[in-house]
Amino acid sequence: MSEPPLLRPPAIIARREFLHIALPALPIALAACGWTGGKHLQPVFDRVIAANNTLGEGLLSVRHAQANPNQVARGDMPSYFISQGMPILRDPASWRLDVGGLVRKPTQFTAEMIAALPHISYTITHHCVEGWSVVKPWSGVPFATFAALVEPLPGAKYVQFDSFDDGYMNGWDMASAMHPQTILADAFEGKPITAAHGAPLRLYSPIKLGYKLTKYLTKVTFTDKKPGGYWEDQGYPWFGGL
Amino acid sequence: MTSAPSPAAIRHRPLVRITHWLNAVFLVGMIASGLQIYTAYAHIGYHGATFNVPNPFDGSRAAIPESVRLGGWLAGGLRWHFTLAWPFVLTGLAYVLFLVFSGEWRALVFRPRDIPGAWQMTRYYLRLRKDHPPQGKHNPLQKSAYTFAIVLAALSIATGFAIAKPIQLAFLTSLFGGYEWARYWHFITVWTFTAFIVAHVIMVIVADPASLRAIITGRYRGRHTSHE
Repeated sequence: MSEPPLLRPPAIIARREFLHIALPALPIALAACGWTGGKHLQPVFDRVIAANNTLGEGLLSVRHAQANPNQVARGDMPSYFISQGMPILRDPASWRLDVGGLVRKPTQFTAEMIAALPHISYTITHHCVEGWSVVKPWSGVPFATFAALVEPLPGAKYVQFDSFDDGYMNGWDMASAMHPQTILADAFEGKPITAAHGAPLRLYSPIKLGYKLTKYLTKVTFTDKKPGGYWEDQGYPWFGGL
Repeated sequence: MTSAPSPAAIRHRPLVRITHWLNAVFLVGMIASGLQIYTAYAHIGYHGATFNVPNPFDGSRAAIPESVRLGGWLAGGLRWHFTLAWPFVLTGLAYVLFLVFSGEWRALVFRPRDIPGAWQMTRYYLRLRKDHPPQGKHNPLQKSAYTFAIVLAALSIATGFAIAKPIQLAFLTSLFGGYEWARYWHFITVWTFTAFIVAHVIMVIVADPASLRAIITGRYRGRHTSHE
């Protein structure tokens, strides 16, 4: 039995139809320009990413999951900061953590006061937005402990974290900040935290991507206005929740 | 088999054609933006540690060319990826639901009874058999490819959620062997999808160009006229 004749030979595909093959290749062609969406798509991205943030907050409130606190340490934790050189305190004794904003009792914490507060420790996975992960042991004071001490007002919906790393800062939703594993860490790998990893105090949590974990802390502000963030303002997702 | 051109019959309903082409665009966008994201850390495994999986695209060996990346930099890639992900999921879901409720899955899903036919088609393509085995809307090898594509899409979505939410959806992440493995499987779906697209386009052009018209206009005038 011979092949039935084709209605049209394969070589002749209508130009219009060929365009339909070419259409899916369009993103590739645009990629060559490193296209970030232009002025028409950027607002669409903003809306969808904002919806993703809301979904992430919803997922957190429904699941409220915690990371396994007893993992096996793996990988190397890189040192990261945005200043020209490593941010180091000239006079560590005069350092204070200023906790205020919409709170009943604004408080300045010294390193000694923080060291005296009850600590928690865990060895958990750190996820960077770039895609890598490491498993490392951290120790610190739960953020909720600080909140209980300064007594936030009902209007406080967000927390802003400021640093002495050339203006690096982040804004958090209250639920993520109050998560039991969100800590202000003063120890890393069983030793007092070093300047390479955010000394004297850094924000840490297994439920957020690394760029949300402000190092070199100076100030914690409870607020009703959604704070931005160093990377978030440049396009990284604001929620950054895992 | 027919020996004369038959009148064009409606082969693909509008929803199938629309979701096919939308997903073609979304999938290519997902792959291109995903490669942009991968480029931020072109390595599978814990930071500074090796993870013994085959990866020809490890940063130290081969970089993903800029021409196939979408977004310009990591945040740009993320914004494309997390925006296109929803339409990709929704059109895929619409297509699968249509298959289920229209009954058209019967002509598409590969089932155990298709195995002998798949073997005969393989023999035909290998030129061990001269005549084209009789077939319905799709031959058994097409069924296996299209069924596989649906499974692959489900896998890419599941691994995507597993690496996006490894704490809140930890059950999903551990299903794939943890975060690093889930990221690896997500990466594998990229290459499998790429291979599928290449093979799919080649087969359309070589084996049954009339099917291209069918997926655009809905009308089919090719040699496999059964619309089972």
